[in-house]
Amino acid sequence: MYGKGLLKGLGVTLKRFADTYLDDIKWMGKRYYTAEGLAHRSSKDAKGIFTVQYPEEKLPVPEEFRYVPFLVYDEGEDGEILNRCTACGICSKVCPPQCIWIERALDPKTQRPIQEPSQFIIDVDICMNCGLCAEFCPFDSIKMDHDYEIASYGRTVHHLDDLLKPASYYDEIRPVNSTREAAARKEAEEAKAAKKAAREAKAAARAAAKTD
Amino acid sequence: MTTLDFSRFGTSVAVDEREGYEGYLVSADKLVEFATALRDEYGYDYLSSVTGVDYIAEEKFEVVYHAYKTIGGAELVFKVQVARDKAEVPSLIDIYPGADFQEREAWDLLGIKFTGHPDLRRILLWEGFEGHPLRKDWQEAYYEEDIKPFKSRWPKAEYTRAEAQNPYGANVKYPDQFDPEKWVPEGEDALYGSLAKYETTDESGLKTDHLTVNLGPQHPSTHGVFRIAATLDGETIMNLKPVMGYLHRNHEKIGERNTYLQNMPFTDRLDYLSSLSNNFGYALAVEKLLNIEVPERAEYIRVIMAELTRIQNHLFAIGMFLNDLGAFFTPSLYAIEERELVLDIFEMVTGSRMMCNYFRFGGLARDLPAGSLQKIKDLVFDRLPRKTDEMDRFLSENEILRSRTVGQGYLSTEDAIKYASAGPVLRASGVPYDIRRAAPYSIYDRFDFNVAVRYNGDIYDRYIIRLDEIRESIKILQQAVEQIPEGEIQTGKPRYQMKVPAGEAYGRVEGPKGELGFYLVSDGKGNPYRYHVRAPSFINLTAFGPMCKGLKIADVVAVLGSIDIVLGETDR
Ligand code: SF4
Ligand code: SF4
Repeated sequence: MYGKGLLKGLGVTLKRFADTYLDDIKWMGKRYYTAEGLAHRSSKDAKGIFTVQYPEEKLPVPEEFRYVPFLVYDEGEDGEILNRCTACGICSKVCPPQCIWIERALDPKTQRPIQEPSQFIIDVDICMNCGLCAEFCPFDSIKMDHDYEIASYGRTVHHLDDLLKPASYYDEIRPVNSTREAAARKEAEEAKAAKKAAREAKAAARAAAKTD
Repeated sequence: MTTLDFSRFGTSVAVDEREGYEGYLVSADKLVEFATALRDEYGYDYLSSVTGVDYIAEEKFEVVYHAYKTIGGAELVFKVQVARDKAEVPSLIDIYPGADFQEREAWDLLGIKFTGHPDLRRILLWEGFEGHPLRKDWQEAYYEEDIKPFKSRWPKAEYTRAEAQNPYGANVKYPDQFDPEKWVPEGEDALYGSLAKYETTDESGLKTDHLTVNLGPQHPSTHGVFRIAATLDGETIMNLKPVMGYLHRNHEKIGERNTYLQNMPFTDRLDYLSSLSNNFGYALAVEKLLNIEVPERAEYIRVIMAELTRIQNHLFAIGMFLNDLGAFFTPSLYAIEERELVLDIFEMVTGSRMMCNYFRFGGLARDLPAGSLQKIKDLVFDRLPRKTDEMDRFLSENEILRSRTVGQGYLSTEDAIKYASAGPVLRASGVPYDIRRAAPYSIYDRFDFNVAVRYNGDIYDRYIIRLDEIRESIKILQQAVEQIPEGEIQTGKPRYQMKVPAGEAYGRVEGPKGELGFYLVSDGKGNPYRYHVRAPSFINLTAFGPMCKGLKIADVVAVLGSIDIVLGETDR
């Protein structure tokens, strides 16, 4: 029969239309503006209307989500900023569009380079959000942020001050990663300490043998 | 690779014996004869890729061809070398019409002349462009150094903005004594000239002139910036040529400045709807050069990601195709809903919904995070099969859809092969050619699935075959998520810089849009010497003109939608 396909198709849309309201009733107003409602609407069982009322509602971002990079600092005793970055330059070398500029600091007395950046610039407008810098930083210093609301009227260029964020923030946005990395750092440190202890013990033993 | 007997060509065909290279070197004067024999006697009926390499140190260009048999099997590579100052190679367009756009591209970007090509115009760049940018001695605007990483970045941050270095006006190189006021766009004339002129007279003696119409570059149906120049008789298409390159950014030149790893996120931006397939093809090519294996678990995750990519790409393609037909946004938003759920998984696993940058050489960037496998299972065992059926019910029997697509935009089996069409376009014309079966890569030989094929070669079949492929992909996924083992996801330590052994490699995958190939030449350093992308969106357009001949102008949009192009990949 001519028109059967059309009717079948219209049936599909009609069902969707009805589903939206049926689901609304089932959720008794909790379908919108609540975390469970959002989770339901982006699950496999979602039916009916699907859209999210941004910015009133926001989808939670998963841990691995990456936006632009930032630098992690550890907090010292009295809130002092201990930048993890050693200015090794790996991130600026790996960066595909070459949008990281790093200046290595000089020791004020000897004028020798030290392991600290005196300037760190990321041209955020050129950054392609690839995450390679964070992947290859050996000091867990540069990480990808979750904050995606950074629109501005001009060009966005982040300098050292804009980039630094505390380790507690990092732990909060990426709990699994930060725990794993902290454990790996601890292990490396322990291995190093054990090595050092072994070396010292050996030296002591040798010294003792000499005095005999 | 199988060795074939080409002794009848004497010294004109020799085995390529350079370290790390394969295939045959053919002398230019015997090329046509060789290619004819290849097609008619040896069964290599499908010329998939044509590109060039500038070996500037040796003062020569090399044109590289990759040919296949559509019954399956490995590729046959053959090359022609010509002097750099006399770069002329006979065109293969008469034997393999699919070489049309690719030869034009090699002319445009490398300046290799293909003698006998009837329409050798620039294809990606504009006609007033000076120089051939993929030549090794050509430098782009904002040029800094030949290869990355650039020295100004570390340890002294000499920060400048690229645009400040190169103020507007100085970043385009014009030909000598170029005066924009007096410039006549030769190419435009040539474009319209290449569309056959004609005049008809009907029974009553009424003369009709041809009419040339431009669709685009700004046209909603082109899904980007893309132009179609068509000659019409009334409403009937007499001839049609696509015009592209509006989104050209010289991806390949960027790729040759980049290190191998830096190219990975750039491949995301080719066909930005299926970045994980692009990653896959590129990773395969580099792994061939490096000669490294990929751990089991990583192989499974790769397949899972690639098949999810195919599903979401086809959903989007179907949705947008219906938009093109005038079913304004209801079907496309239904499709986009399902796609969003797949993108949620991409975001969870790779960190980004579209620019995934997930594959690494010898493995992956990271393992599946907790909970993601469950999400994938939910989709492939429950939601996606259900929703694919709903899509089918919603659209496939619809009388309007059928009357606009059945029997329209016909591409015969012979033509599909001839024009080097790939992917769903090829398979909807009755050629069961799927690289996952024809020359299995990764672990595709382990899965039980059918190669989707349809036989009518019309728009409807190109639509319905995408639904078939979604179903087959779901089948593969269901097996993969059940079988996936625990284990490593990376061979060796992840490295950001490595020396790659000299040689060439061609990595290809069955992308959602067809054969996606990456041709790489390494000179033993940390950056690829040549980086070429065989882009299915680009090459599938070769058959676009022939498919549209004789249709009404309104159907052009439907045909284009059924090819499914993404301009990021077409224009590169
Ligand atoms: S952020 Fe990491 S990789 Fe970059 S310079 Fe600092 S320590 Fe090195
Ligand atoms: S995310 Fe990628 S593009 Fe952005 S700064 Fe890091 S390496 Fe560079």
